[in-house]
Amino acid sequence: MSLLVLDPGPLTTVQDRGRPGWAHLGVPVAGVLDTVSAALALRLVGASPEEALLETTVGGMSARVDGARWMAVTGADGPLTIAGRPAPRHTAVWVPDGAVVEVGAAARGVRAYVAFAGGVAVEPVLGSRSTDTLAGVGPPVLRAGAVLPLGVPSGSPTGVEAPGPVARRRSLRVWPGPRRDWLAPGAWEQLLATSWSVGAASNRVGLRLQGAGVPRREGEIASEGMVAGAVQLPPDGQPVVFLADHPVTGGYPVVAVVDAGDLPVCAQLRPGERVTLRPARR
Amino acid sequence: MRCLSMGPKALLVETDGPWRSLALAELARAEDWAVDVVPAAATVLLDGVRDPEEVRRRVVSEPVAATPPDGPTVRIPVTYDGPDLEEVATRWQVDSEQVVARHTSVTWVALFTGFAPGFGYLATKETWPSVGRRSTPRPRVPAGAVGLADRWSGIYPAETPGGWQLIGRTEVVLWDALRADPALLTPGTRVRFVAR
Repeated sequence: MSLLVLDPGPLTTVQDRGRPGWAHLGVPVAGVLDTVSAALALRLVGASPEEALLETTVGGMSARVDGARWMAVTGADGPLTIAGRPAPRHTAVWVPDGAVVEVGAAARGVRAYVAFAGGVAVEPVLGSRSTDTLAGVGPPVLRAGAVLPLGVPSGSPTGVEAPGPVARRRSLRVWPGPRRDWLAPGAWEQLLATSWSVGAASNRVGLRLQGAGVPRREGEIASEGMVAGAVQLPPDGQPVVFLADHPVTGGYPVVAVVDAGDLPVCAQLRPGERVTLRPARR
Repeated sequence: MRCLSMGPKALLVETDGPWRSLALAELARAEDWAVDVVPAAATVLLDGVRDPEEVRRRVVSEPVAATPPDGPTVRIPVTYDGPDLEEVATRWQVDSEQVVARHTSVTWVALFTGFAPGFGYLATKETWPSVGRRSTPRPRVPAGAVGLADRWSGIYPAETPGGWQLIGRTEVVLWDALRADPALLTPGTRVRFVAR
């Protein structure tokens, strides 16, 4: 009833819905970035929504599954093999005892979600099994040779749900941020009119947007609390959208906030892809 | 105090300083206004606000007093042999014994956390001279290092880079994620340093 990691790929972590409620002690919420795909993977294998699963980053991963069970891979698109045979994503597939599961590199999107019936049952830390890549709370990033316990399957797999793969939307809805007044005249319009390029340094902490710098007031603000989706504007005018592992406080003005419903889109944007910001409406 | 929206589910309340932030955060936490209540130097973030309109009304109509909390006091033994002790003494034009005497003579309060899990920003209501950060931060500051910066004092919970002036060290564990109360210095905790 465990998973032996053979190749963790560039970055694979254990994630669940994160650990809200600890920000005042400096602990990021963490948790899955693409909440929609992760919830779907868990539902497909009959796991409950609070169970943990694996989140891969672009390059995929491979592992040997000890203890036959259902699994499902959602999110980023790409190949999947079980014991060397091609298997479909976005549906529950049976893994025989001792089979090697190979999640291939993402052809579209960034993050694949690999769920097993029973969930990944590492010991929770502060109420969550999520790896927080910023502050280091929770289980370590997956390494070759690591053994992860799997839980006892409780539910039964969901049948042939036909969910679409990763969302292809290329715009993010934004609310005006608390420090929108730090923008120079006309800069809000520029923020919304720009076709932003996703920066290569994007990670679980933040999605970096590159383009002609948005002009803002000079100076600094005293560090203040940050939320997931906060669009910070450093002096160079290149916005950073904070994701699940964001620092709990920050000193750059938050000029906009990406709607929570579009954070899963942020999770799947690849470096170099284009994205625009558009006003959110109630 | 001004209430600013940070998206549909969060409010950023501006305060007149960290003591007011702490008092408001304690009220918000006691009354469960939000999932996450994050005090900072001049703001309190309420993330996952349960009733934004009610919170706005309360913040405007019922100002909180910026008095130091009377919570429990944590005593922290410190060996005052930090590499910047002499530098701080020189800047204050005193000798290093007097730096130690000052640091151990006032009551500190953890006002908010920043920088790393369990790193409490400690301030005192008593007279306290400012001291600038190091011009070049150290790439590695050991866990337990006791430092000063501006009018703050703080203890590094884990080995990290850092630019504070280091005056001593303690063996007290500041942060342990596996404890029920992971941080020793939660916002509102009073601290007395004891020389050893």
